[in-house]
Amino acid sequence: MTAMLQVRGLTVDFSGARPHRAVDGIDLSLAPRERLAIVGESGSGKSQFLLACVGLLAANGRAAGSVRFDGNELLDGAEAAARVRGTGIGFVFQDAGGSLTPHRRIGDQLVEVALARPGTSKPDAAGAAVDMLGRVRLPEPAGILARYPHELSGGMRQRVAIALALVARPRVLFADEPTTALDVTVQAELMALLAELCEVLGMALVLVTHDLGVVAALADRIAVMYAGRIVEEGTASSLLSQPAHPYTAGLLAAIPTLAGATGGELATIAGQPPAPGTAFAGCRFEPRCPRAAEPCRAIDPPLEARGSGRVACHFPAEPGRAP
Amino acid sequence: MSGGLTLREVVVTYPRGEAGGTPLTAVNGVSFTLASGEILGLVGESGCGKSTLGRAILGLVPLAGGAIHWQGRRIDSLTRRAFRSIRSELQLVFQDPDACLDPRMTIAESVAEPLRSLAPGLLPAARIERVNEILAEVGLPASLAGRYPHQLSGGQLQRAVIARALVVDPRFVVCDEPVSALDVSIQGQIVNLIGRTRRDRGLACLFISHNLAVVASLAERVLVMYRGRIVESGARQPLLGSPLHPYTRLLIDSVPGADPARARTLLARHAVPAVRMPVAAPAGCPFVTRCALAVDRCRTLMPPLRDFGHGRQVACHRADEWRDGLPTSLPA
Repeated sequence: MTAMLQVRGLTVDFSGARPHRAVDGIDLSLAPRERLAIVGESGSGKSQFLLACVGLLAANGRAAGSVRFDGNELLDGAEAAARVRGTGIGFVFQDAGGSLTPHRRIGDQLVEVALARPGTSKPDAAGAAVDMLGRVRLPEPAGILARYPHELSGGMRQRVAIALALVARPRVLFADEPTTALDVTVQAELMALLAELCEVLGMALVLVTHDLGVVAALADRIAVMYAGRIVEEGTASSLLSQPAHPYTAGLLAAIPTLAGATGGELATIAGQPPAPGTAFAGCRFEPRCPRAAEPCRAIDPPLEARGSGRVACHFPAEPGRAP
Repeated sequence: MSGGLTLREVVVTYPRGEAGGTPLTAVNGVSFTLASGEILGLVGESGCGKSTLGRAILGLVPLAGGAIHWQGRRIDSLTRRAFRSIRSELQLVFQDPDACLDPRMTIAESVAEPLRSLAPGLLPAARIERVNEILAEVGLPASLAGRYPHQLSGGQLQRAVIARALVVDPRFVVCDEPVSALDVSIQGQIVNLIGRTRRDRGLACLFISHNLAVVASLAERVLVMYRGRIVESGARQPLLGSPLHPYTRLLIDSVPGADPARARTLLARHAVPAVRMPVAAPAGCPFVTRCALAVDRCRTLMPPLRDFGHGRQVACHRADEWRDGLPTSLPA
């Protein structure tokens, strides 16, 4: 499989009152039609990673390294990333429904984005808008074109935001916490919708979330981020059934389950994620790690190949053994 | 009606749009009792009325019908002034720290604030001591007391919110989605803190969430709410193991988990997502538009909440047909 998106040594630094490095050397690749989940806590750098790839970092953020999409370097000036947004890479963010322009009709917003695709006429764009509203399973798509965002329910606005991300037919969708703060029933519906859209449109997906539980069904591959780095990466089935990194194991154990709901205490990961700008000598997870030993305090573990994936840990769990 | 909290046929309405429109019924005839020191779970989707119900108990929204008693005393018709006398006994733990903590106040100042209004006789030195005690109890290091909200992590902020509710030594707290905005790794810490604090202090608690697994991890008894009504209630184990209402079954099957086989079956189940239009409530069962098991009478007749023994109540016409629980098509 040739990579469609190839990220090499990506770093993101923020200047200003609290200068810090949010993303600290990420290598990742994404094949056409592949579904990748990036999982991590607040402050892990997962959202900044996505924003850096599409050139949408805040003004005081600076990305370095390499992000290639179809062979084109996206970090090469602001224009390079702008060219692929919408047509190459679509994106939908947390509370995306709330990010629709409030004073413009939904049809106008969709048509404007659809026109970004080279060779699209106005009638084509209008047709694409109706088509995409139907694909995200909104009832009476033609009727929704004339509506304003505030006339729809929150769940419907979220679907309009997804249609907006997809109407110019990107080859990959970046979705940042699209289901956080939604009801579990609505989460399940949105995940099913994303899976269906990827399938039907032949699209790849990069889904960023803090919850390993919501990606189990959707992701082919999962990368776990901690404090700006990838600490484990692998196929969804191997990573979920045999996590090698103690942080991955901790995240899995922390998902509240019905089987575990017996009145006992929930499994937790001790402590807090490090504050932005924290300096590390050894492993970044060491202060919270149940498996930490002497080398972990002094030596930063590199991300190394292991089985079909990669892990950055001095004492990864042995394959075939419970973590 | 002495001891604990008793709700009888509570109704809460909101005016809809222009004056003269029919009001929206957010809570529709809810009754339950909560014993002193008991923790009761309340689960349902956004808009089902669960937060409104929590606020109504605390006197923050007026009732359109029914009655609420606390320790034998009727509290829903108290004036604001009269409610102040019991305000310290009944507290709310907010979901959103931003709505609860003033960004210009330090954590210690925010936590001390309820003491200023509800225990005005307390001397400053005693107040400071009380705040320090409560910060230690919720696991916030003393070094954070002088910090501002933006300097704390999400988990630390939620601990501060809990400290602010506990500082006046309440007997009953409503915890409204206290963990849904938190990282999964931190959620467990906060749930465990609430469970421990409640046990240690003998607090009564109404714990509200949209995630049944979170609710059931704490509560021994669970109420399931849909469109303003309780549709099923019962002890944790029979309710999770053998749900009698199709909506409870849906909530159980929607709990995310890391087992890929179960997750993929769950995904397939939701593969034809129903977009819920904001329609007027149907004449019959409120769940009829989403229920795969609905029959004719469900469309025309509202099912009453009926007793099924052992404290179990269910509002479903067909519940007698599956007294051992509705099966799932998902792997366990």
